[in-house]
Amino acid sequence: MKRTDPQKVGCRGNAMNYALDFTPVLDGLPDLLAGCLGTLLLALGGMAIAIVIGIGGVVLRDSRHKAIRWTVRGFVELIRNTPFLVQIYFIYFALPLAGLRLDPTPTAILALGINGGAYAIEIIRGGVQSISRGQVEAGLALGLHKGLVFRLIVLKPALRAVFPSLTSQFILLTLTTSVASAISAYELTSVAQRIESESFRSFEVFGVITLLYLGLSWLMMTFFSTISTRYFSYPVK
Amino acid sequence: MGLGEFLFLLTGLKWTVALSAIGFVCGAIGGLAIALMRTSGMRPLERLAAGYIALFQGTPLLMQLFVVYYGLALVGLRLSAWVAVSIGFTLHASAYLGEIWRGSIEAVPRGQSEAASALNLKYVSRMKDVVLPQAIRISLPATIGFLVQLIKGTSLASIVGFTELARAGNIVSNQIFQPLLVFGIVGILYFLMCWPLSLYGSHLERRFAVASR
Repeated sequence: MKRTDPQKVGCRGNAMNYALDFTPVLDGLPDLLAGCLGTLLLALGGMAIAIVIGIGGVVLRDSRHKAIRWTVRGFVELIRNTPFLVQIYFIYFALPLAGLRLDPTPTAILALGINGGAYAIEIIRGGVQSISRGQVEAGLALGLHKGLVFRLIVLKPALRAVFPSLTSQFILLTLTTSVASAISAYELTSVAQRIESESFRSFEVFGVITLLYLGLSWLMMTFFSTISTRYFSYPVK
Repeated sequence: MGLGEFLFLLTGLKWTVALSAIGFVCGAIGGLAIALMRTSGMRPLERLAAGYIALFQGTPLLMQLFVVYYGLALVGLRLSAWVAVSIGFTLHASAYLGEIWRGSIEAVPRGQSEAASALNLKYVSRMKDVVLPQAIRISLPATIGFLVQLIKGTSLASIVGFTELARAGNIVSNQIFQPLLVFGIVGILYFLMCWPLSLYGSHLERRFAVASR
């Protein structure tokens, strides 16, 4: 890797004799872009699991069995009140004991999904509760069977109602992927840390990464507003 | 895990509490400034505040800590990890609290500040005596929600190298090779801090929902 003499490059202020040098960052740009893809993979994988857990959890939360209802509640409270960093460490060390040997990256996707799922349950539940009972009864009266009533009359309007909060939760999940670097999953932050430890250009590397994350969260927002207009806009398709 | 290790975790817990408290208090001051700028009605100020909020809400907390940590060293300030991390959390909390409080200031009915103007109250008094007391009440559930998020967020200071609860857990787990036990206990300690706050937050939310029905 090229290393430029810091004394020769850039402007040297009199207060600080440190010159910004972006060459290590520029040299590592292909790696960083690959890291962005890794981050997107973590985020999208995590969201997919989160949605499944979210919808499943909402169904189970109204289960006839008390034990199931309380398990779902306990899960939501436990996940929402502990840091993701501790959760990912715990899952990372617990999976091998449960007989599952996964690489760091799938482990991180699973952890993100579990974390996001707890929030998704809470958010989707709010939407489901806003559906009035009469709608469901009307659906049943029209002869739709239970699954169809849930999918068309409860779930879709509920998701539409809570889509903005779900979106901001998922943007947060995208940003949380950076924590997965703690178990050295393949994503942007861990790539950045490697470049930083090779070049010692900490500020330059993390400054550029911050901008890349800003771009990624903007990308996610565009993605979600596209979904929103495509599937959740009136008139109902 | 012996008593010594557990006491070490509790020392970490003390720093987590201290860091959360500093981040929240200083962030509240910064957040108030951001919220007032964002609702000031002056275009450049509003743009500036909106940009600040967008920047901090669009990037990971971990990156903010890294950039502040290395950025301060870059400008020639030789600060301890402790001060650098506190500044990082203060900036982060300012952005989120600023956005929460902007929302609640805007949720106070316009008639309130119009009436205050009609009574010839100037900006400071209008805000301090009329709008903010109502806005704070509206914002309380969301503010507490953010406090929980901040407490959980302080765990990221461990990645920068600051010894708080999560890092204490890491150190102990490397010593005694029982990661599940240690991180389980660390998780429980975080839970004991955050859960009462969450319950109080949702209690307030329900009460306000009933009151405004």
